[in-house]
Amino acid sequence: MYHKEKSIQIKNSASALYNNLCALRIAPRRLTYFTVVHANVVNMVSASWDGLNYSHRQLQSKEPNVATSTSLIMQAAFCSLPSRDLLVVTSQKGIQVYESDGSIMVYWHALDIPETQTGKVASKLDFPCRFLSLGISTGAILVFDVPSKGSNITLSDVLEGHKESITDMASECCGGEVCIADLVSADDGGNLCVWKSGEEFKLLNHIPGFDISCSSVKLWKGTVVAGYGTGQIRLYEAVTGILHAEVNAHARWIYSLDIAPYSGLLLSAAEDSLVRVWHLTMTPESQSVEIAHLHNECVTDTQICGAKFCDADGYAFAVTGYDLSEIIRYTQS
Amino acid sequence: MSSRTLPLLFINLGGEMLYILDQRLRAQNIPADKAKKAGWIEDDRRRVMNDIITTMFNKKFLEELFKPQELYSKKALRTVFDRLAHASIMRLNQASMDKLYDLMTMAFKYQVLLCPRPKDILLVSFNHMDAIKDFVKDTPSILSQVDETYRQLVEMYTTLSSGEFQLIRQTLLIFFQDMHIRVSIFLKDKVQNSNGRFVLPTNGPVPYGTQVPGLIRMFSCAGEEVTRRQFSNGGNYTAALREGSFEIFGDRVTKLGTNMYSVSRPVETHLSGTSKNSAQHTKVNVAPNPLAKEELNLLARLMGGLEVQKLGNADSGFRVNLFSTDEEEEEALISRPDDLLYGVINIQATKDQQANAELAKIMGEFTESGDQSPSSISKGDDLLAMMDGL
Repeated sequence: MYHKEKSIQIKNSASALYNNLCALRIAPRRLTYFTVVHANVVNMVSASWDGLNYSHRQLQSKEPNVATSTSLIMQAAFCSLPSRDLLVVTSQKGIQVYESDGSIMVYWHALDIPETQTGKVASKLDFPCRFLSLGISTGAILVFDVPSKGSNITLSDVLEGHKESITDMASECCGGEVCIADLVSADDGGNLCVWKSGEEFKLLNHIPGFDISCSSVKLWKGTVVAGYGTGQIRLYEAVTGILHAEVNAHARWIYSLDIAPYSGLLLSAAEDSLVRVWHLTMTPESQSVEIAHLHNECVTDTQICGAKFCDADGYAFAVTGYDLSEIIRYTQS
Repeated sequence: MSSRTLPLLFINLGGEMLYILDQRLRAQNIPADKAKKAGWIEDDRRRVMNDIITTMFNKKFLEELFKPQELYSKKALRTVFDRLAHASIMRLNQASMDKLYDLMTMAFKYQVLLCPRPKDILLVSFNHMDAIKDFVKDTPSILSQVDETYRQLVEMYTTLSSGEFQLIRQTLLIFFQDMHIRVSIFLKDKVQNSNGRFVLPTNGPVPYGTQVPGLIRMFSCAGEEVTRRQFSNGGNYTAALREGSFEIFGDRVTKLGTNMYSVSRPVETHLSGTSKNSAQHTKVNVAPNPLAKEELNLLARLMGGLEVQKLGNADSGFRVNLFSTDEEEEEALISRPDDLLYGVINIQATKDQQANAELAKIMGEFTESGDQSPSSISKGDDLLAMMDGL
């Protein structure tokens, strides 16, 4: 179903962090940007679609007013607004927001959590429409308001729904359709919170966990897709919390999930060296969602830490692994 | 990242170090005419092990170690182990010490990577502790120090969640990133490939708490299971084994962290052909790191408590060689690739206030480079060895 393409070499190897690969497709310039985190550095590659041009850039996490201070980066992710794309880098000290090519820092926010607190920044973030939300290790979610132009990003809300460290968050931008739920957050205890964005964010539902960390979460057509440390994937209806499906998907901790929204393809990757492709289908009659397994890829002797579709149909996907200095790509045959 | 990683890193690396030293001390050639002194050699071996273990479990040292803190840099940790290895009358040359440290770190990296679930790192640590306890079972004073450490480990770690253990594991993996030194015992057992990467099997038992992959269950809105489907998992997995014990005594179940060396299996490392990316990796940390100052202050405090055995008489100490011959050892020192130099910091830190202040002043002058500091032996307790590059 998929075959391997030529890999992209990156300057440093990938660190063992959840969801450690992000991709942004720039159709007008026929390019895709990829970001991979290595300790305190973000490796950015801009790859042309014809496979001929690659350019590299590295970003170090630094606070603008403390030139030599560096800290470990938790995540680097692209956030797509209707009018602009941004690159958000989260580290132990706070977050920095850049233009999508990494050229200019637009905003930074330092976390003023005192050093004595044992939690560090488990910064996970995602982007429901105009908001940038950042989950931290205390379980709180900071919501930032992002204007369509300029750098006037402001902290607008703090959501308290979790008691444990936030591990991942996901959003769905429904475009023209009406969305009931548009943000889901997951924590170290496997608990999921479903939110509705707005002037004030509203907690719609709380789905309790089973003390197993939920490392990766996605939201698609009102369904929460969650990956757990036991290697299971579960599908819940976001607003009601009804469990639609449970899959014994992997033999080790799941590190990354991704969904191709137009086709309903789901990608899961874990420490067990396997990447699996699934298909999600909505069945309006039973008002539920079904999942079917399509394909496996094994990246030999590698603990996978990031897997992302390169386009919204799921025609191609890319994978990173711990200690691997390349981005491996697969395309549909 | 996790601030509870250092104790586990230290104890596991220390455990590996003891396994290797024990094997080398047993294997060290005893010339035939000294055979009647065999009892002396056996006592010396035990003395060396006891001295190192006593130092490793020094109460004040462990107190510092168990405080929540960021991991030390590779150089700082290497310095601690250098000091530890010289806590007895045993002497190691630079090349042997480098090899010892390579083996220790690759062994623990292997154990961390192969742990089925993050919490199993604690079981690996208990395997090391169990072996250490066995080394000193005839010496009650040291035994009580070891027992105390068991209690501290149980108190600190058994209540952590799986997510917190995964964070500890991720912190350790960042520490071990890009290390691909080939170890002959791993190559022979086919757990490491010739490119230095470890083999991650897609068969065998799944971790405790995980199901064998392959089953999809779908439910109705009322919560009843309506469909079951199987898919092919691409591997050959079996059900999980029973869980290991997290108590002070118990069957740990996993073999990771147990002693894999024996007298008949000499251990070699191959330094040629290691990953070329390790050179790129060292270029990442170019800016002077102000945290290094704090790290070295801490080191100085720690070292103040670690006594180095003074050799009054050249005969009373003895040299251990991790290579088969002296020539090999010399050759290894000369031919060590640049990107694998550890840049050991030689500190003769004292409890002297002035010495510590001087240490802090020297910190201000550092820039990072890959240069190896010359090994220098202080001429007395009051001298502070200069650090040449950080």
